[in-house]
Amino acid sequence: MKIIVCIKQVPSTNEVKMDPVTNTIIRENVSAIINPFDTYAIEEAVRIKEKHGAEVYGLSMGIPAAKEMLKEAISLRIDKAMLLTDRKFAGADTLATSYALSRGVEKIGKFDIIICGKQATDGDTAQVGPSLAKLLNIPYATNISKILEIKSDSIRCMKITDEGYEEIEIVLPALITVVKEINMPRLPSIKSMKNASKAEIEVVTFKDIDADESRLGLMGSPTQVKRTFVPVHDVNSVTLEGSAEDKAQSLAETLLSIKF
Amino acid sequence: MASINIIKEKCVGCKICIGSCPFGAIEVLEKKANIGQKCTLCGSCSESCKFGAINFMMERVEREDFSEYKGIWVFAEQRYGKLKTVSIELTSKAKELAEVLQTKVTVVVFGSEVKHLSKELIAYGADDVIIMDAEWLNDFNDHVYGELMIDLIKEYKPEIVLIGATSNGRSIAPFISSTLRTGLTADCTELEIDKAERLLMQTRPAFGGNLMATIICPNSRPQMATVRPKVFKPSNPDYSKKGNCILLTVPSPIEGFVKKIRDIDNDTGLNLTDADIIVSVGRGIGNQKNIQLAQELADALGGALGASRPVVDSGWLPYSQQVGQTGKTVAPKIYIACGISGAIQHLAGLADIEIIVAINNDPDAPIFKMANYCVVGDIKEILPLLTEKIKNKKIKK
Ligand SMILES: Cc1cc2nc3c(=O)[nH]c(=O)nc-3n(C[C@H](O)[C@H](O)[C@H](O)COP(=O)(O)OP(=O)(O)OC[C@H]3O[C@@H](n4cnc5c(N)ncnc54)[C@H](O)[C@@H]3O)c2cc1C
Ligand SMILES: Nc1ncnc2c1ncn2[C@@H]1O[C@H](COP(=O)(O)O)[C@@H](O)[C@H]1O
Repeated sequence: MKIIVCIKQVPSTNEVKMDPVTNTIIRENVSAIINPFDTYAIEEAVRIKEKHGAEVYGLSMGIPAAKEMLKEAISLRIDKAMLLTDRKFAGADTLATSYALSRGVEKIGKFDIIICGKQATDGDTAQVGPSLAKLLNIPYATNISKILEIKSDSIRCMKITDEGYEEIEIVLPALITVVKEINMPRLPSIKSMKNASKAEIEVVTFKDIDADESRLGLMGSPTQVKRTFVPVHDVNSVTLEGSAEDKAQSLAETLLSIKF
Repeated sequence: MASINIIKEKCVGCKICIGSCPFGAIEVLEKKANIGQKCTLCGSCSESCKFGAINFMMERVEREDFSEYKGIWVFAEQRYGKLKTVSIELTSKAKELAEVLQTKVTVVVFGSEVKHLSKELIAYGADDVIIMDAEWLNDFNDHVYGELMIDLIKEYKPEIVLIGATSNGRSIAPFISSTLRTGLTADCTELEIDKAERLLMQTRPAFGGNLMATIICPNSRPQMATVRPKVFKPSNPDYSKKGNCILLTVPSPIEGFVKKIRDIDNDTGLNLTDADIIVSVGRGIGNQKNIQLAQELADALGGALGASRPVVDSGWLPYSQQVGQTGKTVAPKIYIACGISGAIQHLAGLADIEIIVAINNDPDAPIFKMANYCVVGDIKEILPLLTEKIKNKKIKK
């Protein structure tokens, strides 16, 4: 069995501080980490490997520095990793990202399951999983919280819905996106860290994948950022004074005057 | 294609552009700006440079002729023959947008025994309701509903398609958009129309709500967006309004590769997204036992209990009660934040709230900047007092 895990590098924090004078963004040496949701995807793939035997491949599209992140993924017990990196991939929205990843998957070859995180914390779009599945023409299911059974040609899982849960069965090969509830990722062991330090990450550029340039990067991205701005909140604010008793009293009155 | 480069002679190394880049792609090396790999060619830096040292060229692509794409579509979601509220909210919003574009609103519904839904959708603003009704369409299925929707879009060519950002909506929307090779903007909080260009201006939070980004999709159609529940208000329904209900012939069943075996619904207490009053607890509540204090206030007010992420992460309340960027978006009349600091990711879950009350013992807590009524004090002390007073008043009345 072969499992591919899609892993994205994201900034460790979304804290964006504004310089009040110039009204521009101040970025203080934010470090890059594995997208937290993808750590659950990695752990789940590794658990399947340990139980059923599988080869686990990490796949990422990102800047050259994402190689280090993929080494970290190897320390989390995946077997191999491929990084798609090229100036031509830059500026990709979710469609162009999914397209590039689909070419990467094609290069890796035959697989049984692709596991993605539910969403990436930098954009929170949750679009790459379903898009990638569609580009590969395979079935998919999102928000998987438990894998119940793995058969040779299908898997049975639990999916979180807005109303509760659904038990579903998916025909393989397929793609799933996983939520936090699915497992508790383990830390690296000394052995897995050793493996990581020795690991070679396969670096793949535009010329190594059979891809249509017009569908990559900025050129292949139908969405464009027109402008960005900092949300402003102007509120009428009253601070209630007095003892705790007084505050509770005036708040109660206020609330009751609105509601009842 | 756009291109960007630094005109070294003009660059003075002032670093202002570093701050203007939303992607952290600029560095200043040896007193000259340098644009790195993370650049997405958005052009923000070029505007910020006072010295004209950043040469940004946006090549004007020949706009394709999109005049055959007409109308605004809403993909309506229903369950057990009942519309999801977000579908009604989107129908109302679509009507507003359609008036600006002087076009029609079409709502698409798939399901079994769903023909009656057209009346409600027309009352909220639909001009046409397209229905595919068959027993095999009873359950939502990404693949099946997605393929049907793709065929309809290819045939009717709407210029805009709106989908509720429910878990199903977020799952099916990218399937549709990637097949049509068009753009999709997730979780929009504002939609406006650029009338001259017939563009949908889609505003959504970026960087966890610290920044808002307005996104457009100029070179492909339809323009697609998902919108979170509760972001828009439903209009006043007008049941005398006329509209067309179009019952389409259902094709023979499409094979689904994902089969539902069973549903396990949560017992639905008062649903957070539907509540008029929410009492929400944060880490300041101290321990799981104290949550009772907030629950009692919520009960006295007839409201629901919400929570910030640390409370959910500690296992004190279930995930379904988390408010915020990674939890639910809520829009009650009154939101009472108890021991919540007011982190941007939490605030991202507060949509259109009339009154925010904050109770916090730190007078400098950021939540006070958002709150209409600020109470500086210990929640363990204030909450029981408040509950008692509310109960008393209600009895007196
Ligand atoms: C990608 C990402 C997504 C996130 N998504 C969410 C999300 O969906 N929802 C969410 O809530 N958070 C989210 N967070 C976390 C968020 O950044 C904050 O960490 C979180 O909201 C803080 O919760 P809090 O206000 O309860 O806790 P704290 O920030 O610890 O605040 C506790 C407050 O309680 C006050 N307090 C303490 N004791 C008392 C007392 N006795 N009486 C009165 N006041 C008291 C303190 O003064 C303080 O202001 C996310 C973070 C990231 C990075
Ligand atoms: N550049 C990328 N490289 C690898 N995987 C990605 C990339 N972008 C997104 N993904 C995968 O898609 C999931 C959803 O991402 P998003 O649609 O950006 O919220 C992530 O959790 C990853 O598994």
